Amino acid sequence: MRSMTELKLMKGNEALAEAAIRAGVDGYFGYPITPQTEIIEYLMTERPEKRTGMVVLQAESEIAAINMVYGAASTGKKAMTSSSSPGISLKLEGISYLAGAELPAVIVNVVRGGPGLGTIQPSQADYFQSVKGGGHGDYKLYVLAPASVQEMSDFVEDAFDIAFKYRAPVLILSDGLIGQMMEKVILKPQKQRMTNEELIEKYGDWAVTGRKGRERNIITSLDLKSEKMEARVHRLMKKYEQMEKEDLRFEKINCDDAEYLIVAYGSSARISQKAVQLGRAKGIKVGLLRPITLFPYPKQALFELADQVKGILSVELNAGQMVEDVRLSVEHKVPVEHFGRTGGIIHTPEEILEALEQKIIKNGSIKHHKSRESSIL
Amino acid sequence: MAKVKGAIVVDTQTCKGCEVCIPVCPEDVIGMSNDINRKGYHYAYMKNPEACTGCTNCGIVCPDRAISVYRVKVSV
Amino acid sequence: MEVSNIIKAENQVFCKSKLMTDTALSYCPGCGHGTAHNLTMEVIDEMGISEETIGVAPVGCSVLAYDFMNIDMTQAAHGRAPAVATAISRLWPEKYVFTYQGDGDLAAIGTAETIHACNRGENIVIIFVNNGIYGMTGGQMAPTTLEGMKSSTSPYGRDIETMGSPLKITELIANLPGVYYVTRHAVHTHKHARKAKKAIQKAFENTRLKKGISFIEIVSNCNSGWKMTPLESNIWMEENMFPYFPLGDIKVGGILKK
Repeated sequence: MRSMTELKLMKGNEALAEAAIRAGVDGYFGYPITPQTEIIEYLMTERPEKRTGMVVLQAESEIAAINMVYGAASTGKKAMTSSSSPGISLKLEGISYLAGAELPAVIVNVVRGGPGLGTIQPSQADYFQSVKGGGHGDYKLYVLAPASVQEMSDFVEDAFDIAFKYRAPVLILSDGLIGQMMEKVILKPQKQRMTNEELIEKYGDWAVTGRKGRERNIITSLDLKSEKMEARVHRLMKKYEQMEKEDLRFEKINCDDAEYLIVAYGSSARISQKAVQLGRAKGIKVGLLRPITLFPYPKQALFELADQVKGILSVELNAGQMVEDVRLSVEHKVPVEHFGRTGGIIHTPEEILEALEQKIIKNGSIKHHKSRESSIL
Repeated sequence: MAKVKGAIVVDTQTCKGCEVCIPVCPEDVIGMSNDINRKGYHYAYMKNPEACTGCTNCGIVCPDRAISVYRVKVSV
Repeated sequence: MEVSNIIKAENQVFCKSKLMTDTALSYCPGCGHGTAHNLTMEVIDEMGISEETIGVAPVGCSVLAYDFMNIDMTQAAHGRAPAVATAISRLWPEKYVFTYQGDGDLAAIGTAETIHACNRGENIVIIFVNNGIYGMTGGQMAPTTLEGMKSSTSPYGRDIETMGSPLKITELIANLPGVYYVTRHAVHTHKHARKAKKAIQKAFENTRLKKGISFIEIVSNCNSGWKMTPLESNIWMEENMFPYFPLGDIKVGGILKK
């Protein structure tokens, strides 16, 4: 039994899979798609049913897989699935059901370039899909954005803690870079899976475990009476308010004396740290704000930093998505521009620094909607 | 020879007047009442109560389980 | 013998199953769904397994099954009940897990889930109510709509040339090794209903013995969708649905019937 922590060199995807076993996950339901297939491959090789009794099943589609997660979650079990961009699109109806039926679950998206079949190289072009709901209806996903193999591992347990705290689906938004690269990772000790008796004790008031000694439990997202449906939506909104109050996570690097700011998460945050160093070497006081949760988003922190800095560059491996949330947070106090390679190309620290100099330092201006042209053409 | 006598009780508010129970009654006991329930359905009733043997055919096919069936042995 | 002397608690020989709630069924008058619900709950009650049973409701007329069935249930996205049931059964192997689905749910959008849950031989019961139409949404053509049968999306009758033939999903899955018991029944007369009940009982027994998939098709009516009275629809069903979807056992004990 892996009862103590272990230091290993692992791929992001594999670290996440091992972390799932160690977090006491009950069921993983997956489907092959590059660049995340190592997750199910690792789990199939590791045969966790022998280690912890964890069920691992390859489904016939991403749709089936997310609905298997829905079934497992209906009974109070810790269930998860993983996929990449197109597969996540297929899962969105199921994710909306999880949100509506108030079920705890973890979904992992190792993003690849899109839209369409796109490419298998890394991307961050699923930001809108992830934080603006993605599926149908009034709901949001709590989104964790790992920037290292360590976080790919740690965020599994964090995600389940949030999922069960709020009885809500949680998304780990990674990308092909973080998923495929190898780094040192400290693996947590094995956590005991909950026994059925413990589960019924803890979640028997809502989970469908068999109507024993109580009235029946029903898991549904359907409310044909509008007043009931509105009450359900308000219940969800309260959760999101609480998430913003209690479970917002972000990191500030070199911001104390910063005159300029880069905002970036995940792999872009890693690359931007180098850009910050290069800038500092040239005397440019630039800092980095790294959102760790993309919802809830660090709006207040950005709003305050906008009083200190002269301009902000939002750096993302896409054509400009999070930049909108940065602008919303900053409310026109300072110029905000986007920079990002897309299509699977990874921007370099030098490109980021140059974009900061060109778009913000030299030409920074608060543009209102009328005058703003596309940032990548 | 012990004879069997039966009777049914129709939950008149639940009955939807679908008449599915009528053809399955071997003794032609059931008819549809002229009265209607609060939903506006003519409900089933024992047209020939004497003939009922309590065989439960009507009960088992009633989609809304509106029919309860009773049966008692009678010494002749 | 006065009727009032007969109607006494001790003389009661039949009544609603206590596993059916008091909520009025939302189904149209004469619809087979109600009877199929009742038979299923009677079996679960008589087997004494209501505390160990978890049902999965679909999207369709029987989406509200959990309002009528007094057991733990979860409601699955359209077509996905077999996947939902798969996970529940895998994680709770001692439980009795069943899906209750219509023809649109199981044989159109859920075809892949149906085939693959069957192919994996999940230890679950699938109750498939086939009334050849999408009832909930107002009577559209379904995979099992018969040739020439009118519906709101085949107003001139199903045309095989453009819409293909009615899908015999039950015969299709019967060929999968993971499938242990496949049978087709009806519930519109006492004889059919009693046989259907025995089949449902057998299915849950199979689950207890961990035999894999038990698949019960119930050919049923949809008087609203077919635009007939309940009695007319049952006659029409016998004359038209039964020839194309013949009743009886198709696979027993993992062996296909000749």
